[in-house]
Amino acid sequence: MSTATPSSRHWRKPPFITNPLLRWGILIGCVVYAVWALYTLPFDWARIQEGMSRAQRIFSGAFPPSFERSELLIEGLLESFKIAILATLLGLALSVPIAFMAARNIAAKPIYLLGRGLIITARSFHPVIVAILFVKAVGFGPIAGVLTLTIYSIGFVAKMLAERIEEIDWGQVEALRSSGTRYVAVLQFAVLPQIMPRQIGLAMYQLDSNLRASAVVGIVGAGGIGATLMNAFGRYDYAFALAITLVIIAVILVVEAISGRIRRNIW
Amino acid sequence: MSLTTIAVEHLSKTFGHSPVLQDVGFEIRAGERVALVGPSGSGKSTLLRHLVGLTKANRHSDSRVTVMDRCIQRRGRLARGSRAQRCRTGYIFQQFNLVGRLSVMTNVLIGRLGCMPRWRALIGRFTPEEHEMALRSLKRVGLEELAHQRANTLSGGQMQRVAIARVLMQDADIILADEPIASLDPRSAREVMDTLQRINEEDGRTIVVSLHQVDYARDYCQRAIALKHGQVYFDGPIDQLTDIRLAYLYANAELDKPHESRFPASAPTALRVAG
Ligand SMILES: Nc1ncnc2c1ncn2[C@@H]1O[C@H](COP(=O)(O)OP(=O)(O)OP(=O)(O)O)[C@@H](O)[C@H]1O
Ligand SMILES: [Mg+2]
Repeated sequence: MSTATPSSRHWRKPPFITNPLLRWGILIGCVVYAVWALYTLPFDWARIQEGMSRAQRIFSGAFPPSFERSELLIEGLLESFKIAILATLLGLALSVPIAFMAARNIAAKPIYLLGRGLIITARSFHPVIVAILFVKAVGFGPIAGVLTLTIYSIGFVAKMLAERIEEIDWGQVEALRSSGTRYVAVLQFAVLPQIMPRQIGLAMYQLDSNLRASAVVGIVGAGGIGATLMNAFGRYDYAFALAITLVIIAVILVVEAISGRIRRNIW
Repeated sequence: MSLTTIAVEHLSKTFGHSPVLQDVGFEIRAGERVALVGPSGSGKSTLLRHLVGLTKANRHSDSRVTVMDRCIQRRGRLARGSRAQRCRTGYIFQQFNLVGRLSVMTNVLIGRLGCMPRWRALIGRFTPEEHEMALRSLKRVGLEELAHQRANTLSGGQMQRVAIARVLMQDADIILADEPIASLDPRSAREVMDTLQRINEEDGRTIVVSLHQVDYARDYCQRAIALKHGQVYFDGPIDQLTDIRLAYLYANAELDKPHESRFPASAPTALRVAG
């Protein structure tokens, strides 16, 4: 059905949903749902007003940021770095074999399904949820952080790498096969060289992504600068908390710039 | 060892429902230089791939591929030990298939991986003798100065000559080349064909090369096997592949209908000319 009549010479954008009844029905339905949701959720307006003034107190207390306890800050930051680097290395070491398992063109069907299953499992939970599980399992501290971010790294790196392996130039593989080269040596000399640039790029990306995530998972008890931040809040030391936040932003900007530059040069 | 180097018997291959090879059979003797010709889609590449086990024939056919007295595949199953046997056969591809990010030298060296002991192939450790051999191979194709250049920076003709050096490194007794000059300019094409001819004459290595340009086949080969619709249409000395026969060979090629050839009488055996 067209909205443009034959007499009108201007083309009008056809609506996304052609049926007007359906179009208005969906629109009204959305509005009604939003109003109903707002109405039924337990908003306590009195408490929100109270909270506003508390937020104001926090912000005024936070200025100027205090770097008095900078040794704590540096310690937390270094721990975050350690967590991120260890998790990236561990994650990469596990991602490469899993990626090979999860590439349809080089893995047998059952192994492919296993590899895909591992990747889907690693991806299905947000790192914060994984971190909560690990903190429960191995206790507060950086080990929980390393384990969490290792899984986070596998979920991303193995998936992207597997997709890259599925796109390789198959001719190079056949060239080696035709000369009787064994399977593992074919992977080594025909597949690895083709995926290497992508792998290095992914490693750099994952390192800065892990650094960011390590601040978040620290908040639920998995060590690093996130834990320091949480402690500062716990002691109502808002000036220190602001200092930590500023440093986290600065560090992430710097790391992202560096890894971005390295990736650009490799890609 | 018998004189026969390659023996193909009753080879049939069907992809989906389209028969690509139908009861193909021939023998090639050691040291021969054979051109494989035929219109596009006639099954030349498929046939060559069967000779190294990259493609398996139909099951339940009576097919058999033997290379240097060793069975490669039989009734559509790869023979045991065919992997080791494959390193006696070198394969050259139309698209060169060099590992682009590795150096020319490494690309030549990896031709050796198939005949190296397992652990050494795994870690990719090549001996000084192997390095020397690779340099000699490069010298034979005239590219020794480019040994340390990255493979994806070469010209097409140079890439194909590196691929030949890789086959030399393999020390293969048989060289199969699938349209090695199809993407090359005439000069590079001549260089590549000259190199292949020299290798055949100096070392006595058997060469089977599929070609689109019949002129090259006439210049460089002694014998021709012509495929049409997946059947052997001609097999004999190249000078008996006359223009009239060629015209029939390439006639109706585009129709691609194996069963409705306008020249059904081109029965494969009828044109088999005694060598
Ligand atoms: N893996 C495959 N799956 C399905 N069909 C295939 C496959 N490989 C080849 N074919 C078909 O087999 C037929 C013969 O292909 P082949 O590549 O052997 O021809 P060719 O003689 O080498 O042709 P050209 O001269 O164009 O290279 C073609 O019709 C092709 O579509
Ligand atoms: Mg072909």
